[in-house]
Amino acid sequence: MSVPVRIYPERSRRGFVDQVEALSGQRLLACYQCGNCSAGCPMADHMELLPHQIIRLAQLGLGETLCGSRAIWACVSCLTCNGRCPKGVRIAEVIEAVREVVLRTNRRDDRLEVSALPAERLASLPPIALISAMRKLTS
Amino acid sequence: MRISYFPGCTLKNHAVNFDDSTIAACTRLGLEVKELDRWNCCGTVHGLAADDLIHRMAPITNLIRAKEAGADAFMTGCAMCYSTLKRANLHLRQNPEALSVVNGFLSLEQTDYRGDLDVLHLLELLRDRIGFEQLAARVERPLSGLRVACYYGCLLVRPREAAIDDSEQPRVMEDLMAALGATPVAFPLKTECCGAYQVVADPGIIAERTRRIMGSAASHGADLVVMSCPLCAYNLDDRQADARRLDPDLAPLPVFYFTQLMALALGCGEEVLRLERHRTDPRAPLTARGLL
Repeated sequence: MSVPVRIYPERSRRGFVDQVEALSGQRLLACYQCGNCSAGCPMADHMELLPHQIIRLAQLGLGETLCGSRAIWACVSCLTCNGRCPKGVRIAEVIEAVREVVLRTNRRDDRLEVSALPAERLASLPPIALISAMRKLTS
Repeated sequence: MRISYFPGCTLKNHAVNFDDSTIAACTRLGLEVKELDRWNCCGTVHGLAADDLIHRMAPITNLIRAKEAGADAFMTGCAMCYSTLKRANLHLRQNPEALSVVNGFLSLEQTDYRGDLDVLHLLELLRDRIGFEQLAARVERPLSGLRVACYYGCLLVRPREAAIDDSEQPRVMEDLMAALGATPVAFPLKTECCGAYQVVADPGIIAERTRRIMGSAASHGADLVVMSCPLCAYNLDDRQADARRLDPDLAPLPVFYFTQLMALALGCGEEVLRLERHRTDPRAPLTARGLL
C-alpha cells in the first residue's frame, strides 16, 4: 500500500521544514537516503524510526510524526552518523533541532523528571550523567 | 612545563580515581599541574542548535579563567569536558558576531575572551608536547603482559574538527599503553557509543550497550578496558551488573582511567589509584601480572 504525500503546497509543513533547517543549520534535501547513518547508529535498536527515516520525514515536513516519536529522544548525539554521511549532512543536528521544536513550546513537554527518580538511584548517578540528561531531555 | 588543569565536576566525586591519578602521573613526568581557580561546570554537552549561544557561556568562562592563569598549556582529562570546552572555543573562533555577543554578556569579567587559547586533552599533551618515547623512558614498572582494550567512546574522536585522533581508527591510547609496556588488544567497538546519559532516563539501553562493548573487549582477550570519560566509566563499570543480567556469560571486566595505568607504570603508590572507587574488581589483572 502506498501513502501519497504532498510536499510543498501546505504552509504548515513548510514551516516545520524551515524551523528544522534554521535550528540545525542543515539543508534537508541534501540527503539522498543512502542509509549510511542508520547502518552505523548505535541506538538503532532503540528507535522505531531510523536516522535516515527521520531525515526523510523532516524533508516531507511531517513534524507531528517526528515530534511524537521515541527515536528523537533515543539519539544521544554520539555523532557517528555525521562522520559517515557522504553528503556532509549533520544528522545529529537535525535530530537535535526536532527535539528543540518540542522543548521550545510552552507545554514543558520534558522527557525526564529528575525529582521523580528514586532517591537511591539519584544518589548513585554521577553529576556528568544528570547534567547531560537534563540538558538534552528537559526544556 | 606549567599546566593549567580543568578537572570537571565528576572528578571531584565519582571519579576521584581519575583526578588523583592524573595529578600524580603528571607530577611524576615533571609537569607542574595546577587546578584552575574558580572553575565551573562546562555544561557536559555541546548544544547542537545553531542559535544555542547561552550554553557557550559556561565553557567560555572557564577559558577566561585559564587565560588569566597564564600557564604554558590548558588541559583536561575528561572526554566530555574536553569536547564542550574545545567546541565552544572553535565555534566562537569561527563566528566573530557570536564572540562579540558572548563578550558583551560577560562584561563583568576582567578579561575579554578572544579565542586565542588552545584546549588540550591530556592525551594530546602527552603525545604532542611530551612524546611517548620520552614518557617510555620514565617508566619504572612496565605493565608487561597486561592486555588492554582502549575505549575512546564518542567525544575524543567526534566531531572531526574537535577530535584528538582519527574518528574511525584512533591509536593515541594504544600508543600510550605500548609506551607503558602494556599490550593493546584489537577492539572493534572502541569508538562505539556507551549510551551516555540514557542511564538516567532509560537504563535498559545502557545494559544492552555495555553488554555489547564489554563483551567485545573480553572476546578480544582484554584483561581490562581503559578510558577517559567518567560517564563511559559509570556505564561500563558501575552498570556492568545490569549487562550481566542480559547475558550471564559476560565475564567481569574491570575499567580503568588511562591515567591510573600511567601512574602505576611511572612508579606512583597504589593509594593514588583509588581502587576502592571501582565497582568491578580492578585488582585481579594487576595482581596476576605482579603489578600490585
